[in-house]
Amino acid sequence: MKKKSINYGKWGYLFILPFFIIYFIFSLIPLVDTVRYSFFEYFRSGIKEIGPNFIGMENYISLLKSDMFKYGANTLILWLIGFVPQIVIALVLAAWFTDARLKIRGKQFFKVVIYLPNLIMASAFALLFFTMFSTNGPVNSILMSLGWIKAPIDFMGSVFGTRSLIGFMNFLMWFGNTTIMLMAAVMGISMDVFEASDLDGCNSIQRFFYITLPLIRPILSYTLITSIIGGLQMFDVPQILTNGQGNPDRTSMTLIMFLNSHLKSKNYGMAGALSVYLFIVSGILCFFVYRMTNDNDPDGSKKAAKKRAKEERRRLRG
Amino acid sequence: MKKTGSSFRTVFAHIVLILLSFMCLFFFYVLIINATRSHADLQKGFSALPGKNFLENLKNVANDGSFPMFRGILNSIVVSGCSAVLCTYFSSLTAYGLYAYEFKARKAAFTFIMAILVMPTQVTAMGFLRLVTKMGLYDSLLPLIIPSIASPAVFYFMYSYLQSSLPLSLVEAARIDGSGEFHTFNRIVIPIMKPAIAVQAIFTFVGSWNNYFVPALIIQSKNKMTVPILIATLRGADYMNFDMGKIYMMITVAIVPIIIVYLLLSKYIIAGVTLGGVKE
Repeated sequence: MKKKSINYGKWGYLFILPFFIIYFIFSLIPLVDTVRYSFFEYFRSGIKEIGPNFIGMENYISLLKSDMFKYGANTLILWLIGFVPQIVIALVLAAWFTDARLKIRGKQFFKVVIYLPNLIMASAFALLFFTMFSTNGPVNSILMSLGWIKAPIDFMGSVFGTRSLIGFMNFLMWFGNTTIMLMAAVMGISMDVFEASDLDGCNSIQRFFYITLPLIRPILSYTLITSIIGGLQMFDVPQILTNGQGNPDRTSMTLIMFLNSHLKSKNYGMAGALSVYLFIVSGILCFFVYRMTNDNDPDGSKKAAKKRAKEERRRLRG
Repeated sequence: MKKTGSSFRTVFAHIVLILLSFMCLFFFYVLIINATRSHADLQKGFSALPGKNFLENLKNVANDGSFPMFRGILNSIVVSGCSAVLCTYFSSLTAYGLYAYEFKARKAAFTFIMAILVMPTQVTAMGFLRLVTKMGLYDSLLPLIIPSIASPAVFYFMYSYLQSSLPLSLVEAARIDGSGEFHTFNRIVIPIMKPAIAVQAIFTFVGSWNNYFVPALIIQSKNKMTVPILIATLRGADYMNFDMGKIYMMITVAIVPIIIVYLLLSKYIIAGVTLGGVKE
């Protein structure tokens, strides 16, 4: 009886201690430091270091007047070009892979192949695309020998070409991952539901829109939010493809590339303020992920249904 | 009637799948073919068949002093390997600490980790760079390894795994047998968590191997560069005057090790993708 009253709680603290110490040192202290310097004028011009002088919100204001919104829009466009085909293809593939009536051969082979690009080093992949799509690269050489084009296309010379290449790379790298996530979600649906719909004479398109899609909504919204967070961090591919310039005319410059250029030029004040803006946006997105991983009602659908039912009742009474 | 409809769909599905697979594999095929051809061959245009310059190109890459690729691979293996070990061990430890023990701060600690689950590391990069410089760790591999001890996402994966596969009665039984708490963790819990650890070790290794943003800020000297930084330097250099065969070979040595590991372990990796997903 006495033995049971031993307090094991201190072991819990001890076991989680390393995580929190490291997080405190390498994430929280840097965060505080970043926020602090965002209020200072602190940069290097040539070899001379200017500051740190306290200037209040000035960094924030000058960022609002800078090209930050343009880079934000670039990031959003690049993300959309990759995400829209990614989610469409992933939904279709997930439906096919889980459809018992379709006899797909070599399922495992296809899964292995479509997931492969996800593990490839993004920077090496971007360099590969840079060489392959350059004016004297293999893609132009193939298109010319097929007789489809007469003169080489300068893919990276146009806004459309560069953005499409970046979006295409993001699509290739992520559609396999999304497919596998969505497949797991579809397989989590009870077979009874599908069988019942079969008996009711549902065709595969109806089944997809009226059963599969509504039932995997939680995972879909999770995929959406994590993909937005990933898109916000977009850096490796455009950085390497355009050599950090965001060419042509900074139309493929993303927010993190902007941050990187401030860090490289040691403009700590501006880098700090930009980080704080990014931190606020990520914080909001983190909150959504937190809600989804901890709630029983991940996307608020139950809550919405309850609210609707309440209104309905009120209307009936009134 | 229904039968022909479904067989048409099957054929259509296969065509789309083959097209997508072609898209995924085409670039790697061209990469590997081009890595076997000489600069002069490559200038003549694309050929679908491999050349004879594979070893020659490999030798050129190995002997290039300005882009020490093999040194870079070694650095990358050290960083990724150490990160994978530290990250999985300490994430399991943290997960076990929060799963198996009752203590006052338990709920708060769990909530905190869940709140920062997907926080991008880039937002603290500036403070991190300054901190590392102040600690005298600028241009060293340590700041690329040590922070991996605190990985919220890996923690969450481990925690979910413990919930599904470690009954607390087992821990009680070990206590009655006189096993110390650390001993229980290392000898009983770790073996049970082996599948989860293996999956997360692979993902952490690959993630660290491919990481470019933070290492590019921290590492300065050539002999400490990891592979992604070398790739970036290559892109920044006066590129068009290079031996193209050598360039393709450099990209090949940067990504082929991961492809080989992936093909060997693909079954576990694909099964592992979904394990840490959203709770149903």
